[in-house]
Amino acid sequence: MLKINNLHASVEDKGILKGIDLEVKAGEVHAIMGPNGSGKSTLASVIAGKEEYEVTEGNILLEGEDIEELAAEERAHKGVFLSFQYPVEIPGVSVTNFMKTAINETRKAKGLEDMPAKDMLKMIREKSEMLEIDRKFLSRSLNEGFSGGEKKRNEIFQMAMLEPKLAILDETDSGLDIDALRIVANGVNKLKSKDNAVIVITHYQRLLDYIVPDYVHVLHNGKIVKSGTAALAHELEAKGYDWIKEEVNA
Amino acid sequence: MELKEKLVSSFMAFENTVDVDSPVHDIRTEAIKTFETEGFPSKRQEAWKYTSLNSVLKHDYSVFPKHENALEYKDVKKYFIHEIDCYKIIFIDGKYSSHLSQTTHDGIDVCLMSAALSKPKYRLIIENYFNKIAPKDGLSSLNTAFSAEGAYIHIPKNKLVAKPIQIIHFSTGNEAALMLQPRNLVVVDENSHVQIIERHQSLTDNPVLTNSVTEIFANKRAIVDFYKIQNDNENASLIDNTFVNQKQESLAKVHTFSFGGKLIRNNLNFYQNGERIDSTMKGITIIGNKQHVDHNTLVHHIEPNCESHQDYKGIFDDSSTGVFNGKVVVEKLAQKTNAFQANNNILISDKASINTKPQLEIFADDVKCSHGCTIGQLDESAMFYLRSRGIPEKEARALLMFAFSNNVLDSVKIPEIKNRITKIIAKKLGVNIGFDL
Repeated sequence: MLKINNLHASVEDKGILKGIDLEVKAGEVHAIMGPNGSGKSTLASVIAGKEEYEVTEGNILLEGEDIEELAAEERAHKGVFLSFQYPVEIPGVSVTNFMKTAINETRKAKGLEDMPAKDMLKMIREKSEMLEIDRKFLSRSLNEGFSGGEKKRNEIFQMAMLEPKLAILDETDSGLDIDALRIVANGVNKLKSKDNAVIVITHYQRLLDYIVPDYVHVLHNGKIVKSGTAALAHELEAKGYDWIKEEVNA
Repeated sequence: MELKEKLVSSFMAFENTVDVDSPVHDIRTEAIKTFETEGFPSKRQEAWKYTSLNSVLKHDYSVFPKHENALEYKDVKKYFIHEIDCYKIIFIDGKYSSHLSQTTHDGIDVCLMSAALSKPKYRLIIENYFNKIAPKDGLSSLNTAFSAEGAYIHIPKNKLVAKPIQIIHFSTGNEAALMLQPRNLVVVDENSHVQIIERHQSLTDNPVLTNSVTEIFANKRAIVDFYKIQNDNENASLIDNTFVNQKQESLAKVHTFSFGGKLIRNNLNFYQNGERIDSTMKGITIIGNKQHVDHNTLVHHIEPNCESHQDYKGIFDDSSTGVFNGKVVVEKLAQKTNAFQANNNILISDKASINTKPQLEIFADDVKCSHGCTIGQLDESAMFYLRSRGIPEKEARALLMFAFSNNVLDSVKIPEIKNRITKIIAKKLGVNIGFDL
């Protein structure tokens, strides 16, 4: 599904990613953990195609295709989805209209007709029920005045609507209380299949109790310094990150 | 010959076409003298600092079109809000088109200024209202001097006019260059409600200059909704002078949608002569190329307990230029005034510019007045967010621009107008997406 080779990326000439190698196969869940400033969110943004980041070395292959030259929307059309750590508030665009535009633009890119309004409504109803989202919420301006938890739930709702091949969840657990965390994790688990893959970026292990990863990677100073199974996340939760830093520096 | 001289010397020829013994003609004679003294405004005048008329005054305009032209409804239908039943007052090259119009005298008068100026039954209204609030500046005086045709609307008291009234001025390119001076009068009596849609549309690339004057009187508890759709081609220029006089508890709203034209200047003045008056003026301006749109507004708060709301949004691309000059005067007597003014702008291109200037003159001490101007660019993080969901750059940009301006549409009460405006905006932004509200 996703293969990242020796990826270096910088923003304004400041190197942030310094040689990342990662392979994510269909059906897998990978967790990327690490201290603040280690480059986790940068990695997510680079995969999704944020233009401020410049890839200086290495490449990103999605199903064998180098996606580096593709615009963010083209990556989205190929099935990349990023759940934002800080979803942007967009006054004047309703959640429903936003989703309709996103889905129909994606269909257009694939040479398909617009989704019939009836099907769209049905899908919106099903997916919002799955994430226990109030219907009234859908006519509100996108993320405007949403609580932290509402924003994150809305991100997963978008994921459910767009049915991506590769979903990257950037700190989706931050700002969620335990009930919201459970709803969000349930949503992600329902969307998981043998044909898609999920990368969960998080500081804490608690989300990983609900979305159980096949692999856990620790990012430090722009590199993956340790990889393991779900057990590694528990170890990090118990011992913190200092021992990893010491191990790297030793 | 300079346009000014040409106009002044045409006045005698004009006098052969109108009744020179009427009291209105005394007003015209006075007005041509004022125009002769004042002339066209220049950039030396504070109110015209950022708008030069030079480029539009240079053409050799025909002042009285010689030829008449006809239009088939099917060819111009798209310029009408045709989805709803309306009264229509339609002009072609300044001449009334009975064929395209639908006027009425059934309880209300929706007809022609030429009829109102000549028939005795309208004399009282003309005496009481004609040229009573238009200021004595050069442009208004020029229009007054040549005032002969336009829309005349009189709604007697307690009438809820169910059908909107559309006023459309077409120019067909019959003349190499054409100057039009429509004169409209709208009188809405006590407790009545009317909705009016106005549009100027040139059908060819020949230059057109329109210098229009509209006087609106909203009497006690009257409601007036006025929509101006300015989406003309890039050889047509418009100077729109609209003056609104309000009596107590009346509500007047003017929405101005400026999407096209070479140069547009909107002089929009509200005078509040009574208590508990509400005046609203809102606008969306989306232009590009070398287009220029200037909104010059005035609200004169004269009596206590009144409100005014101004909300103008502007989006400027290419080398287009915008001006917003909003003046709010609160007289000493006008305590408890609530006056709000906002002008928000987005510059898409490095070459586009906007000059925005709020002017507040407050002589009362117990008032709430606010104003705010912003000039910005599109939010890049919002762009990435939309694009990461599969919305291409152009569409994402359009969606953000529409979102930026669409609260202006909240107060548009006719859904078909709202619909039309969103379609024009989508076309203007070069996208084919529906902006649901």
